[in-house]
Amino acid sequence: MATYSTNEFKNGLKLMLEGDPCTILENEFVRPGKGQAFNRVKFRNLKTGRVWERSLKSGEKLEGADVLDIEAEYLYSDGEFWHFMEPNTYEQYQADANAVADVKDWLKEQDKCVVTLFNGAPLAVQVPNFVDLEVTDTDPGEKGDTAQGGSKPATLSTGAVVRVPLFINIGEVLRIDTRTGEYVSRAKG
Amino acid sequence: MLVQPMSVWQPSAAISRLQHRAQLLAQTRQFFAERGVLEVETPLLCQHAVTDPHMPILAADNPLLGEQPYYLQSSPEYAMKRLLAAGSGPIYQLCKAFRGGEQSRRHNPEFSMLEWYRPGFDHFQLMDEISDLLIALMAVPAAQQISYGELFEQHLGINPHTATATQLEQLARQQLDIQMHSDQRDDWLNLLIAEVIEPKLGFDTPLFIYDYPASQAALARLATDANGHAVAQRFELYVQGIELANGYFELTDSAEQARRFQQEQQQRQQLNQPAMASDAYLLAALESGLPECAGVALGFDRLVMLALQCERIDEVLSFTSDKA
Repeated sequence: MATYSTNEFKNGLKLMLEGDPCTILENEFVRPGKGQAFNRVKFRNLKTGRVWERSLKSGEKLEGADVLDIEAEYLYSDGEFWHFMEPNTYEQYQADANAVADVKDWLKEQDKCVVTLFNGAPLAVQVPNFVDLEVTDTDPGEKGDTAQGGSKPATLSTGAVVRVPLFINIGEVLRIDTRTGEYVSRAKG
Repeated sequence: MLVQPMSVWQPSAAISRLQHRAQLLAQTRQFFAERGVLEVETPLLCQHAVTDPHMPILAADNPLLGEQPYYLQSSPEYAMKRLLAAGSGPIYQLCKAFRGGEQSRRHNPEFSMLEWYRPGFDHFQLMDEISDLLIALMAVPAAQQISYGELFEQHLGINPHTATATQLEQLARQQLDIQMHSDQRDDWLNLLIAEVIEPKLGFDTPLFIYDYPASQAALARLATDANGHAVAQRFELYVQGIELANGYFELTDSAEQARRFQQEQQQRQQLNQPAMASDAYLLAALESGLPECAGVALGFDRLVMLALQCERIDEVLSFTSDKA
């Protein structure tokens, strides 16, 4: 992998830091009146999501990280791995529980996801902002706790539990905002 | 035909900001005219660049079509000192200066410098004049002054003149997440001042820092402070966390100047930087006699930023280098 000097740093550049792939969020050049200049760089660790700032000598080099985003279809889970396929090449990738930790509640078969590959293996998965999922369990009809603002819990096909309006029934397909985990509407058509 | 988005050709700064900028330029010239300081212009393309190993110099073709490269000046200092040695009296210059790769919220590789020299002034008299200029151009109270030593004691509880590189490194690692190794005291002092102290300076009033460590003298004279530490008669000015100016009670001793050039050549070697010939014209001018004087370089774009309360340098530049 290529190395990058601080003067090649730009937002979104993927670099290796302490063995983990990171992405640059911000890069600020800092020069004291005379002498050595510095770069104050804000990184996100792509494995842990942690964000932090680090000071480097200007001119210092870091190794690039072999990180690539691909679009892939979610196929199925065997309980241990979540399987994805790149639709043009039919290449399959198996993501472990860490890679899907934030999104597994919203993974629906055939949905297109962005899979971040690190050295060829899934590091993280992003799901679409909105997914349509079927209700597999909820209290029938209008029954429910009106003190909760006229909503009730519903279990979806992925196992996720969301709060839905009282008029929602089992078998209906709902549109969910995956960023907030909230019910948006009944799915259209 | 490649179609560019509509905004690509547009200036970096709003036209109203450029109008303000023009006013500030006119007021600056007025300020110096009233004080009998002569405006001068010196070449942007020069045969010699500074030998400071940390200064990223841009090279250019030889304008006389000779073989030696010329350099886009990083400061008009050497040429202005030659004018002083030739008897110009007090002079100022508003010009472009260049530093390769320096781009940030507060940096553009091509920037405007206001530089002036005052024969007969020491650096404290010059600091007072700079404060007067700021008051004339923007709404600030008179500047205050603090020594480099007091500043480090106040902010970090350490004596910057006596602390070892290891002590400074430990302190820096407590304060910051750092990816760097150095056994140079100055690297750690520079990191601490740039990253920890500087962002807090100059909010109540503009603030001058003076009596820098002798190892950071650049082209300033050396002296001994009241505590017996060797210090450089150099100062910097901070306004609202931004470094605005750097000045010296100027070195006039040509032998000492030659020694410092030599020192920088050695540093260049250690840092694997290409050799850069020292400016023989400057040495000869010093030899013939530079009058006792103080001089300062002030980042004019930053001054405009501060006067117009802008957060970013591109808000006050017609076109930043990426759009030039």
